[in-house]
Amino acid sequence: MSVLAGGVVHARPTPAGRIVAALNRTVIHVGLALIGLIWLVPTLGLLVTSFRPRSDIQSTGWWDIFNLHLTAENYRQVLEAQGMLQAFANTVFIAVPSTLLPLGICALAAYAFSWMRFPFRDTLFLIVVGLLMVPVQVAFIPVLTGFRELVPGLELTKGYGAVWLAHTAFALPFGIFLLRNFFITLPPDMIEAARIDGASDAWIFRKIVVPVSVPAIAAYGIFQFLWVWNDLLMALVFVQDASKFPMTRAIQNLLSQYGTEWHLLAAGAFLLMIVPLIVFFSLQRYFVQGLLAGSIK
Amino acid sequence: MGVAPQGLELTRDYRSLAGGRTAARRARGPESPRWGVTLLFLAPAGLLLLVFLVYPALYTVLLSFNRGRNGIFEKWVGLDNYTRLFADPDFINLSTFPPSGALWNNLLWIVFYVSIVIFLGLIIAVVAARVRYESVVKAIVFIPMSIAATALAVIWKFVYSPDANIGLLNAILGSVGVAPISWLGDPGIVNFALIGVGIWGSVGFATVILSAAVKSIPAEVIESARVEGATERQIFFRMILPMVSLPMSVLAVTLVVNVIKLFDLIYVMTRGGPGTSSQVIAFTMFIQAFEAGQYGYGSAVAVTMLVLLVPILIFNVRRFRTSSVT
Repeated sequence: MSVLAGGVVHARPTPAGRIVAALNRTVIHVGLALIGLIWLVPTLGLLVTSFRPRSDIQSTGWWDIFNLHLTAENYRQVLEAQGMLQAFANTVFIAVPSTLLPLGICALAAYAFSWMRFPFRDTLFLIVVGLLMVPVQVAFIPVLTGFRELVPGLELTKGYGAVWLAHTAFALPFGIFLLRNFFITLPPDMIEAARIDGASDAWIFRKIVVPVSVPAIAAYGIFQFLWVWNDLLMALVFVQDASKFPMTRAIQNLLSQYGTEWHLLAAGAFLLMIVPLIVFFSLQRYFVQGLLAGSIK
Repeated sequence: MGVAPQGLELTRDYRSLAGGRTAARRARGPESPRWGVTLLFLAPAGLLLLVFLVYPALYTVLLSFNRGRNGIFEKWVGLDNYTRLFADPDFINLSTFPPSGALWNNLLWIVFYVSIVIFLGLIIAVVAARVRYESVVKAIVFIPMSIAATALAVIWKFVYSPDANIGLLNAILGSVGVAPISWLGDPGIVNFALIGVGIWGSVGFATVILSAAVKSIPAEVIESARVEGATERQIFFRMILPMVSLPMSVLAVTLVVNVIKLFDLIYVMTRGGPGTSSQVIAFTMFIQAFEAGQYGYGSAVAVTMLVLLVPILIFNVRRFRTSSVT
């Protein structure tokens, strides 16, 4: 390497050098162990707390492991008395359509942008890339109030309609961008051959493009699902009926009502985290790919 | 940036075998367009984008020049909302030292959060690559990426609790005789306490991105440099750093966008408090529009967010146009 040409000292393994190397390795292991602790302990502390009786939480810290009594009572209480079971179901009910709708719609549009010809195709695609950066905030007020003026009697925020449509619409620029960039790498001859044989675009889309793109579609689907699952802002704005609040809103309500009732908060927070953690540990590869690709969102 | 498709290499071979670009161009569409079909593929996305994104964005821009009570156009006020916004000390106050306000807090986030996330991410990526349990370290720092900001907020409110029987941080301080610190209650500390949570949540992301970039340097190249006697410092500054500078800039842009859109964490952890000391721009927009009912004013905040993102929008479109539009 030419960049290293000047002033390179040739190192020979001497006994002193070996000690220095071993010390370096120790520093590396200790440093990484410390990082591991800092990134694990806060979550672990809350997990332990979620299983401790309320009276214990008030009197000693969770790290007092010699004094550990475990109970599932906090979970029972938060699920039943605090309505977290309903909120869990609401989160599922918000997240599933808000994932499937954009998946389908994005795949269709991405196919058109990759394998169909129409005027201004590249310009339209650049507009989609531009829309990636438009913050959701610019849509809040018109969607909530302007639509009511345009279509009297339309009460989308009473149900899930508003939050589904808003999540779907705001997922589109990114989803189209991501899937189009994948579709475009598919072998052109594959599509060409199918066209020569008289296959329609609908057939090519369903029978060729979607099946061979499963990894990309899965990565995007997981990304979008967790995005919606974890969202608070859109739920704050677009879900107005308290019986339909997702878990993020339920926990935020718990915090403002019982800010120091850690037995409830800890259990609630873990109920919110459990699905993403399962997804993370079981589908880590797709999940990381989706997030890496999502880095421009 | 894109999902790493397994078939990518294979695809490229295939394409070059089959006469490359000409075939590609032919396959990208039949010569006579079938309008109906094309429209069917594009209509759902196009309609939703127009109704829920493009039209509302234009509406919000217009509303920001209106008093806009109840979210409808009633009285045009020119630039009034904007002059009020930038005169509001809760939004930006440069007359004190240190300055304060939501916009200033976003700047604090950009300076500290972005730089420390990238710094720690790079260090962990490079150092972890030298041990056998690398994937475990990366998984551990990555876990917070899967967790909702709402849950992150609960986890860290717990760690930051001023009660030394509950908050780990104050318990540790207490064990060395330091009085409990009100991490989230002190206007001078709260922003840094929040930025700390943000960093904790995002380092895993930076680590994974930068780790992939570091790995793209062939191991033999680094090894031969080592054999030739290059020090670790030389390897880091002269080989690794130049190789990761592009992914690092993309990462920085992403993190800046994160900061401008930052909302959930602040809303749950402090609600902008104590007082107004930890507000950020997205929080101000929400509060002004939906709690104070000042829709015109809230629109001006939303448009300010959009304006802050426009340079990044242009950067992305330019980058994309030069790189891949055929």
